[in-house]
Amino acid sequence: MQDLFFYLFAFLTLLCGLLVVANPFSRNPVTSAMFLVLTIVSLAGLFVLLHAFFLAAVQILVYAGAVIVLFLFVIMLLDLKGEQRRKANRFSLVTGVISVGAITVIFIKTIFESHATATDTTPVLEGATQPLGRMLFNDYVLPFEILSVLLLVAMVGVILLSKKDLR
Amino acid sequence: MDWNFITFTLIKICCVIGAVLTMFAYSVLAERKISAFIQDRVGPNRVALPLIGSVPVIGPFLTRLGFWQPIADGLKAILKEDFTPSYVRKAYFWLAPAIALIPSFLTVAVIPFGSTLGNPNNKMVIADLDVGILYTFGIVSLGVYGIVLAGYAANSKYPFLGGIRSSAQMISYEIAMGMSVVPLFLVVGNLNLSKVIEYQAQNGWLIWYAPISFFIFLVSAFAETNRLPFDLPECETELVAGYNTEYSSMKFALFFMGEYANMIAASSMMVVLFFGGWTLPGMTTPADTLPTGLLHIGIFIGKMLVLMLVFIWVRWMLPRFRYDQLMDLGWRRFIPLALANILVYATWLWAKK
Repeated sequence: MQDLFFYLFAFLTLLCGLLVVANPFSRNPVTSAMFLVLTIVSLAGLFVLLHAFFLAAVQILVYAGAVIVLFLFVIMLLDLKGEQRRKANRFSLVTGVISVGAITVIFIKTIFESHATATDTTPVLEGATQPLGRMLFNDYVLPFEILSVLLLVAMVGVILLSKKDLR
Repeated sequence: MDWNFITFTLIKICCVIGAVLTMFAYSVLAERKISAFIQDRVGPNRVALPLIGSVPVIGPFLTRLGFWQPIADGLKAILKEDFTPSYVRKAYFWLAPAIALIPSFLTVAVIPFGSTLGNPNNKMVIADLDVGILYTFGIVSLGVYGIVLAGYAANSKYPFLGGIRSSAQMISYEIAMGMSVVPLFLVVGNLNLSKVIEYQAQNGWLIWYAPISFFIFLVSAFAETNRLPFDLPECETELVAGYNTEYSSMKFALFFMGEYANMIAASSMMVVLFFGGWTLPGMTTPADTLPTGLLHIGIFIGKMLVLMLVFIWVRWMLPRFRYDQLMDLGWRRFIPLALANILVYATWLWAKK
């Protein structure tokens, strides 16, 4: 049962992910964004299968619910008609293939070097909110705070850039 | 898999969806009757069924109440011509009403609408998730796609503006809404909605602990469901009918249904979070017999209907906000207020320790 769902969600994630970047039927940016939503929802399904309910919920809440809505907002405001007619040029093709290849190599190497055994299937965290919060604010408090400062800097930067009379 | 569990869950799902659909039909009627009352009119009072309409006292009474009106409304929605303008983007035009409706039905899945029906193993909630509230917010945030896509699909100016407005509005108020409930979970210490009700059964309703949270949540719920003081996406005076300008027949009815189902979901959320769910002062133990179980469900629905009444009443009492006022309220009033609220509760709980 669980395996079936894993293959279903993995297949959906890959298929929708592919349709985001290379959709043979339409080059409409809105369609790509909608497939990105589906990709994220199926990723959330994979998280649920790993018992990471908190991550699954946050994944949908943040990415599907806010980030891609903003994507749509921007796409609709800019009215990207030219984007639909654009052909992929050689430079972007080469860089794309190189980066995908590099990520694949890293991925495969990590899988082969990891010493995880299949016998230990009980998840450590069980995905509950409380242990996750404890871990985040005890063991990993410094990286967490640094990340939030980074976000704050980005936010201040955006506000500064969008206010013309401030400069 | 336990077949007992599966059958029981299926029955619960069917009952809940049936209840939501019935409530949708009759809340439209209530909306029309209450607006009529507020504006000193009579409201729907003509539709009668052939046989029941001629039963002496009850028949005319039900007719005057408009009891059969939802049947007529439904028939009208189905039988009207379903017109698709030639310039719309067809795929999205068909998808949008469905996408608008589905999330509101999914939210209801985690809401504990009663205690038990006698057997303590059969909880009256479809999915007793540990991250109940996050699930709700996640699904609610997907509701915006229906409206945005409807605006995009129509491929004309006014629906488009409606879609854009709705995407900005929903995102802004989601933040305030999410932050407003953090104090509750600081107090309760659990994200599971059943546990939230358990806490309220022992310590009293959470609205007494967090009135500011309730206020922010209520106003944000109006914005999230596109109800009147904040119905900018379909603002008739500026945008014809906003995102559903090009829709007719059943597709329009689906948007309508989505709005009311969202109202039902938001009201039941508020009942669970602030008004103790199925508990009443003095009635705090989970049911151990079937009648008490049904009574608990009745109490829950009763509280929910009161909140629905508030939704309807506010719609006919308040004028619409201007768009900049809406954004100002969301970003510059509610978000700082909600943040301060969190800080106050965190300090209070820390000092109490």
